[in-house]
Amino acid sequence: MIKIHIENFSLFYSDGTESLKNINLDIPANAITVLFGPAGGGKSTLLRVINRLNDLADIKQFSGKVLIDGQNILDPDLDVITLRRRIGIVFARPVVLPFSIRKNLTYGLELAGIRQKQRLEDAMVRSLNQAALWEEVKDRLNDPAVALSGGQQQRLCLARSLVLEPEIILLDEPTSGLDPISTGKVEASLHELKKQYTIVLVPHSIQQAARTADHAAFFLQGELIEFSLGKNIFTNPLDKRTEDYVEGRFG
Amino acid sequence: MKRIQSSHSRQLAQRAAFIFLTAIALLTAITILMVVIYIAIKGGSAISWEFLTGLPRNGMRSGGIFPAIVGTLYLTIGTAIFSVPLGICAAIYLSEYASDNRWTRIIRIAIINLAGIPSVVYGLFGLGLFVLFLNFGTSILAGSLTLAIMTLPVIISTAEEALRAVPQSFRVVSISMGGTYWQTIRRIVLPQALPGILTGVILGLERAAGETAPILFTVAAFFLPRLPNSPFDATMALPYHLFVISTQVPGMPVQIQYGTALVLIIFVLGMNSLATVIRSRARARRQW
Repeated sequence: MIKIHIENFSLFYSDGTESLKNINLDIPANAITVLFGPAGGGKSTLLRVINRLNDLADIKQFSGKVLIDGQNILDPDLDVITLRRRIGIVFARPVVLPFSIRKNLTYGLELAGIRQKQRLEDAMVRSLNQAALWEEVKDRLNDPAVALSGGQQQRLCLARSLVLEPEIILLDEPTSGLDPISTGKVEASLHELKKQYTIVLVPHSIQQAARTADHAAFFLQGELIEFSLGKNIFTNPLDKRTEDYVEGRFG
Repeated sequence: MKRIQSSHSRQLAQRAAFIFLTAIALLTAITILMVVIYIAIKGGSAISWEFLTGLPRNGMRSGGIFPAIVGTLYLTIGTAIFSVPLGICAAIYLSEYASDNRWTRIIRIAIINLAGIPSVVYGLFGLGLFVLFLNFGTSILAGSLTLAIMTLPVIISTAEEALRAVPQSFRVVSISMGGTYWQTIRRIVLPQALPGILTGVILGLERAAGETAPILFTVAAFFLPRLPNSPFDATMALPYHLFVISTQVPGMPVQIQYGTALVLIIFVLGMNSLATVIRSRARARRQW
């Protein structure tokens, strides 16, 4: 089933940088779709289009369509608040809010006006378990979140994005600052999570792309060069540029 | 050999710079200390319960300065009532909502210029607008409003700075989780910026408490040996009282002059210390 349908989508920043050129891409549900390629290719930008976080950036113009479950999310009348609750995002650098571990997790629900203690507690426990962090923090939920290690903080961010039970999870190089063990934990969580969620991942390395991808899209300078349902792109790339990148000739 | 020499002279220069800068820093500290100590020695003997809580008597040559203390307190509170909400709201607008366009640049230039206006001009402005045109008379209300306008730029710029210091990433996270701008400001940005805002507020009010010129024509009474009854009353105030007893009253005992100065300086330095305490406490607890 296709969850996100991107059609003839182009985007330009007002300073002329990192634009996307006529992207056509179908992202399936319940799978990890990896967007990879060298820096400046537009992967992060596309990620931020999906939850309309680019609204905060300085964008000159865009055209085309982005449909989630058939609904065009670029529609100016769309309720972006509701949209963002349906889509979780994890950034490259773990950003824990200046609260306790507990409050970091309940924050999103509180924004949505949910106050029942039990519901907040249940959602917190569930999402911490999903992010494989529960065992490590269950005895220190009221400690400041900054006291956690970098790897724990990033899993906290993952848990925080899961608290609202989103349909889609966007991850922008979520393990770029993490050690291999923490990275392994995050990847293992993603592997579990894809059973319930649609996951779009910008990996921090080609190796991670190959490890985690169910489907993969190769981006180069704002263009989608190649997309394959499945992992063929890493073993049998069709485009010369993809092949050069996958084999490490540039990038 | 040459290399060793040049490294030696570099060290000498480093040492000289260190000593010079330390001396300059010490000089500022010593100046402040000297002012305080001098005033304390000259005026300390005047400080008594009667001086602090009594009414002035004998043409202010004896008795206390209670009405002036209360007046300054009222003026400080009055200034806060007008300038704090206005200043914080303006700072939130400038930091969180305003985009960088011609209009906001004009506002910013206006604020910077507001800070540069001599205080006596504020006094005249307050006389014209509040005392005469709005017919508040020489009153605590008129004085507070005048001081509030003078304090506003300090509060706006420090509050804006405190708001901007809150990492942008917190805002992005909050927005990405379906928060509105206002939820993000109220739940994250404002609480995190609060200690910095408070520091700015206190520093602004401290200036208001110590100023003479803006209250000269708008509220301050030359001699009014009673407490004000309402916001429409005039009142004595410490800075103006000090000016009066230092220059306008012949045969004034010196220790009363310095005693008054000492009370004023303690009032102002006390607020300053409070700001310092708030700031250092907040820094220790800050999680970013």
